[in-house]
Amino acid sequence: MHIRTEKAERHTLSVLVDNEAGILARIAGLFSARGYNIESLTVADVTEDEKISRITIVTSGPRGVIDQIISQLDRLIPVHKVTDLTELGAHVERELALVKVRGTGDHRIEALRLAEVYRARVLDATTSSFVFEVTGGSEKIDKFLELMREVGLIEVARTGVAAIARGRDAA
Amino acid sequence: MEGEAMVTERSGADILIEALTDLGVEVVFGYPGGAVLPIYDAIFNQTRIRHILVRQEGGAVHAAEGYARATGKPGVVLVTSGPGATNAVTGIVDALMDSIPLVIITGQVPTGLIGTDAFQECDTIGITRHCTKHNYLVKDPAKLGDIVHEAFHIATSGRPGPVVIDLPKDVQVATAAYRKPGTANLPHKGYRPQVKADPSLIGAAVEMIASAKRPILYTGGGIINSGPAASQLLRELQRLTGAPVTSTLMGLGAYPASGDAWLGMLGMHGTYEANMAMHGCDLMICLGARYDDRVTGRLDAFSPDSTKIHIDIDRASHNKTVQVDLPIVGDVGRAMEDMIKMWKASQHHKPDLTAWWAQIEEWRARDSLYFPPSDTEIMPQEAVRRLHEATKARKPIITTEVGQHQMWAALYMGFEGPNKWLTSGGLGTMGYGLPAAIGAQLGNPNALVIDVAGEASIQMNIQELATATQYKLPVKVFILNNEYMGMVRQWQDLTYGGRHSHSYSDSLPDFVKLAEAYGWTGIRIEGPDELDAGIARMLETDGPVMVDCRVSKVANCFPMIPSGAAHTEMILHANEVSGEMDDEAKALV
Repeated sequence: MHIRTEKAERHTLSVLVDNEAGILARIAGLFSARGYNIESLTVADVTEDEKISRITIVTSGPRGVIDQIISQLDRLIPVHKVTDLTELGAHVERELALVKVRGTGDHRIEALRLAEVYRARVLDATTSSFVFEVTGGSEKIDKFLELMREVGLIEVARTGVAAIARGRDAA
Repeated sequence: MEGEAMVTERSGADILIEALTDLGVEVVFGYPGGAVLPIYDAIFNQTRIRHILVRQEGGAVHAAEGYARATGKPGVVLVTSGPGATNAVTGIVDALMDSIPLVIITGQVPTGLIGTDAFQECDTIGITRHCTKHNYLVKDPAKLGDIVHEAFHIATSGRPGPVVIDLPKDVQVATAAYRKPGTANLPHKGYRPQVKADPSLIGAAVEMIASAKRPILYTGGGIINSGPAASQLLRELQRLTGAPVTSTLMGLGAYPASGDAWLGMLGMHGTYEANMAMHGCDLMICLGARYDDRVTGRLDAFSPDSTKIHIDIDRASHNKTVQVDLPIVGDVGRAMEDMIKMWKASQHHKPDLTAWWAQIEEWRARDSLYFPPSDTEIMPQEAVRRLHEATKARKPIITTEVGQHQMWAALYMGFEGPNKWLTSGGLGTMGYGLPAAIGAQLGNPNALVIDVAGEASIQMNIQELATATQYKLPVKVFILNNEYMGMVRQWQDLTYGGRHSHSYSDSLPDFVKLAEAYGWTGIRIEGPDELDAGIARMLETDGPVMVDCRVSKVANCFPMIPSGAAHTEMILHANEVSGEMDDEAKALV
C-alpha cells in the first residue's frame, strides 16, 4: 500500500480576528491538527484600538480542502471574517525580504546591479557585504534570491505575504 | 468611586459561584486539589450549587456529559490544575466530538508561576485549545464574570461543545466587582452562530422532497441537541412527506423505534434496510448528522445516485467527507419548522411512495437483526432484548460503554423519545457509561437509568461506583460479560485471521463481590433460564445494582459493513465472515 496525494491549488486567505493571547496558536494549531498546509502566515493588529488583527495565510490544497479550511477558520470564536482573496480575484500581494550578500570585486558589482533591477534598497553596507531590502510578490522575491545565490547570498529574512483586495471597499 | 455607587468587591472564587448561580447551574461535578482550594472554600460557604464529588476527574466530565445529554442543560465540571486537567481531557474531546455543551473550570497555578514548571502545572490552555469549542485563561477577576457568561453562551449555542476556563489560584483570591452582563457585553463580537436557515434554500429543499420518488430522512444527534421540539417536528415532517427515517447512533430516539417509517440505525452496524435505502435513495435529506465514516462506509460507493440535502448548524460539516447538492446552515429544528410551514403553504400532497416502500419491505424481510438463538447460553442480543421488554414501560435512560454491547444496545433497545440514549459516538470512549449514568440520574432523580456495559469497558471508570453510593443514586449497570474486548476480538476475527492479540479479558474481578464492596447490590445471571428473573430482581432492588450477565463468549455483532466496504456489501450473519483483509482495508479506521 502507498500513500496517495491530491492535486493542490494555492490560495491566499485574509482572516480578521480578535487580537487576543493565543490566537496565533489557535490558527496555526487548526492547520496542523487537520493536516492543512501553511506556506506563509503574517499577522499584525490593524485597527486604531489594536483590538483586531489581520492574519494573511497562504495555503495550498485540493479545492474541497480549501473550502474546509475556510469553514473551519470561520467557526473559531475569535474569528470575525475569512476572505478567500484568490477566489475574490482582484487583490494585491506583497512580501518583504532582507537579503544579506557577501562578496568582493565583480560579484559585489553584479549584486548591486541586480539589486537595482529589482528595485532593492541597500540598508547596510560594508566593504565586503550588503543587506538589501526587496519587496514584491513571492515569485519576484524567489527570483531575486535565486540570482543572489550566484553572487554570495549569506542569509535571508522574509516577512511572508500580506495581501488586500483591490478597489475602494473592504473585502 | 466618585459619581458611582460603591460596588462590593469579592474574590474571583465568589464571582465564579455568583456567575454560575446567575446562569442557573444546579450541579457541578468535580474533584478538589491545591489549585482550586479557594473555589472549594467558596462552595463550602453556599447552598445554591450542589457539588458532586467524583472519584477521578475523567468521571466528572463523563458525568457532566450524561447530565447534559439527559437534561438538555449544560454540564459543569470543576477540577484542579495539572493532573486534574489532563485527566479531564478525554471527556473534553468526547464532548467535542459529540457536540455536548460543557463548561469545565480548571484550576491553574498562580499567574506568577505560569511557565516555571511549578507543582501540578500544565499548559491546560495549550492542551485543550484544539479539543474545546473555545478556552480561556483568566488573568483578571474583573473579567471573570463576563467570561463565565460567555463560556455558557458558547457551550450551549450554535453547535454545542465543551468550553474550558483556566483559573489561576491568585485570580481566585484577588477581588473585583461582579455584575451580571447582558449578551451584548460579551467579549467576542464575532461569534454569531446562524440559527435561522436561508428561506430560499428551505424552499428549494421542500420542492426537492415533494418531487422525490425514493427519499430518505437521515437524522442525527443535531436533532437531539436542538431540543425535544425538534423530535416532534421530525415526526410531523415524516407524516407530511411519508419518507422513511433512519438515524445515526447519536440521533436515536428522535424518531420512535416503534414508528412505521423507522428503518433502524444506519452505518457500520446498521440494519440492512437502512443501509440499502441510503444506497438506493434518489433524495437524501440529512438532518443534523455529519456523514461520519461509520455511517458512509467506502466513500466512493456511498449513495452514488442520490441528490443530497444537508442541514447542519456547523458550516464546516458541509462537504467535509461527502459532497452535497444543497447545503443549508441553520438549526435543524428551526429548519424543519420552516420546511413544514412551507410544505403546507405550497399545498403539497403526501407523495406516492408505494414503489419505494415496497422495495424497503423486501429489504426488511431479510431480517438483519436476526441472531441464532441458544438454549444453553445467553445470546447478548437476547439479553438486551429481554432488558428492553422488561423496562420499556418505564422509558429508561440508557447509557453505554463502547464496543459490541454498545451496538447491541443501539440495535435492540428501541428508543421512543429524545434524551434517553447516552453513548460515546464520535470518540468511542470506553468508561463513558457509568459516570454518564450517574450524571443522568442526578438530572432525573426519578428515572430508571441503566448503563449497558461490557466487562472490559466498565473497568475503565469502575471507581465511580463509589460516587453513586455516596449520593444514593439508584443507577443500574448491566454487564454483558463475554470475557473479551468483544469488538477488538471481532475485528481480529474479520481482519486478522482470528489472531486474538490481547483482546481476552483475563483476571476479571468477581463483579458481584466488587459491587458489594462498594455498597451496591451484585447479581449474577449465568444462563438463559435465569435471565428474566435476574433482570426483574435488578429492577425491584432499591439503590444501585450491578448485574454480571454471562453471555455467549463468541457472539459477534452483526449486521456489519466491514472496514472499507460499501453499504451494499454488508455481512448479515456470522457465517458470512471472512478471515483476512488486504492492507488497504487494514489501514482504515
